[in-house]
Amino acid sequence: MITLENVTKTYAGETTIGPINVQIPSGGITSLVGPNGAGKSTVLTMMGRLMSPDSGRITVGGLDVAQAKSNEVAKTLAILRQENHFVTRLTVRQLIGFGRYPHSRGRLTVEDERHINEALEFLNLTALQDRYLDELSGGQRQRAYVAMVLAQDTEYVFLDEPLNNLDMSHSVQMMRQLRAAADDLGRTVIVVMHDINFASRYSDNILAMNDGQVTHFDTCADTMKSSVLTEIFGTSVRIIDDIDGPLAVYF
Amino acid sequence: MANTMTVPVETTSNFINAKHRRRWLISLIGLIVVAVGLTIATIVYSNPMPLGSNGFWKIAEARVISVVVIAVVALSHSFATVAFHTVTANRIVTPSILGFEALYGLINTAAVFFFGALGATLTRGIVSYFFQVAMMVAFATLLYTWLLGSKFTNVHTMLLVGVVMGAGLASLTTFMQRMLDPNEFDILTARLMGNISNASTEYLPYAVPIVLVVVTWLWLNSRRLDTLSLGSAVSTNLGLNHRTELIKVLIAVSILMAMTTSLVGPMTFLGFLVATMAYSIADTYSHRAIFPISFLLGYVLLTGAYFVLRHIFYAQGAVTIIVELIGGLVFLIVIMRKGRL
Ligand SMILES: Nc1ncnc2c1ncn2[C@@H]1O[C@H](COP(=O)(O)OP(=O)(O)O)[C@@H](O)[C@H]1O
Ligand SMILES: [Mg+2]
Repeated sequence: MITLENVTKTYAGETTIGPINVQIPSGGITSLVGPNGAGKSTVLTMMGRLMSPDSGRITVGGLDVAQAKSNEVAKTLAILRQENHFVTRLTVRQLIGFGRYPHSRGRLTVEDERHINEALEFLNLTALQDRYLDELSGGQRQRAYVAMVLAQDTEYVFLDEPLNNLDMSHSVQMMRQLRAAADDLGRTVIVVMHDINFASRYSDNILAMNDGQVTHFDTCADTMKSSVLTEIFGTSVRIIDDIDGPLAVYF
Repeated sequence: MANTMTVPVETTSNFINAKHRRRWLISLIGLIVVAVGLTIATIVYSNPMPLGSNGFWKIAEARVISVVVIAVVALSHSFATVAFHTVTANRIVTPSILGFEALYGLINTAAVFFFGALGATLTRGIVSYFFQVAMMVAFATLLYTWLLGSKFTNVHTMLLVGVVMGAGLASLTTFMQRMLDPNEFDILTARLMGNISNASTEYLPYAVPIVLVVVTWLWLNSRRLDTLSLGSAVSTNLGLNHRTELIKVLIAVSILMAMTTSLVGPMTFLGFLVATMAYSIADTYSHRAIFPISFLLGYVLLTGAYFVLRHIFYAQGAVTIIVELIGGLVFLIVIMRKGRL
């Protein structure tokens, strides 16, 4: 379970996020949706303790992320930010190897190598494992980053727009892999997404943000309603019932 | 899809493949051989006294001291620069460029300025030497933790702040020096304008063990540094307390910079030069691979320049100037070639 209690963050200027009070249950995939600038990345980054809130308390799996030992937290949650850039040249395998740092402290054991191989296979990167990151397409690189946080082997996985740079088929693949991570590996996945249809098709819950506030948090079925979506996105949305479930139409 | 060219590796290596590892190993061994050769040459070449005589040993001893000074300078600059690059996740701005040495100069000058000639003689003593180093470490750590820990995390801002700070600290130093009386000024310049053949060797007995301890500590923390080089967000995600690590490394860096500056004065581009070359030779994130190469490069460069200038051009005083010239040029070339910072 992830709990946010009265969490606020004010950026220099006057942008204020929160106060946010929400409890996200363990298991499954929760999608964070909302317009640009709504505060999704801010909330995810605070949940992943990469930024501390100005006030309030955040716990993930019972750990107070601000108080607990950083290495303990690193074995409980893994977070991938929207932008990633490294000064060192790394191969895919080396990058994923770094995901094992909380467990290995840099000395990879046989067990660590096994996790690395699994992450490579899980994201279809085995053939690319010895390529440098700067020799990959944007989408392949994005997969390598996701593989790194999965190799961290944490119960909670937070991803900020992992579908960035991915074409349609790779987006579908990525979401299937995240679905498998939730269903087969028992991970709790929180993922920031833009496409509401992707979100509703592949996740269990949808958490919507607007102007720094959580405006809606419910199961997909209860979110995929014309009235709810129109309010969340500030533009009129119709719902069509498809064989795969409801589809939002917004143009 | 069968990949016939490479058998999938089942383990993760610092190096992308055996070829890279071999290239690194050959560079390392080559540098060690050259370093040993230059060391022997520097110590024994054209010693005017007959081999084994008293005079021979006197001259050899003086040269050994120069070699030790060079080793301390090379160790300090290479380790400090690489570690600094790592915790700031940049490969351009170095401690020297950011003004660490200028800060040391300022603290020295301030000591003479405020305590007069008494201060100047006092500052020769071991107690005040440590006092000044402690001041430098405290100031540098506070100042740069504040700078680097807050919003100035991109390279452009850091470079700009570094240039402005360096200039500001230097002009403050000059200002105080102008107001000193000539005696005090002499004592001070002798200290601040050191060079390899005229190093402040009285500090050597303290500088050597201190530098060895700090360098060993950095070496033992190599794996942690590997992770820190991924930047603040990723290393936090991987369970490191980035701010604590930043402060610890900045303390280590400022100690190293204080040691080398107290011996031979500032050298702005040496660290940049050896670190940049080491990254391209080692071509790995691994500090265990980068550190030795960068140190050996610094050592070979300085002993080489020292040997050539001393025995061929009879201008050993120019070692730092020549190395700075090369370093400065490489700095410009790297920035031009990248077309960005
Ligand atoms: N570092 C920052 N400094 C100032 N304002 C920021 C910063 N980061 C984000 N913001 C502002 O905070 C708001 C929320 O940003 P963000 O969480 O990135 O939104 P989202 O991810 O939903 O697009 C935006 O209005 C943005 O302009
Ligand atoms: Mg965002």
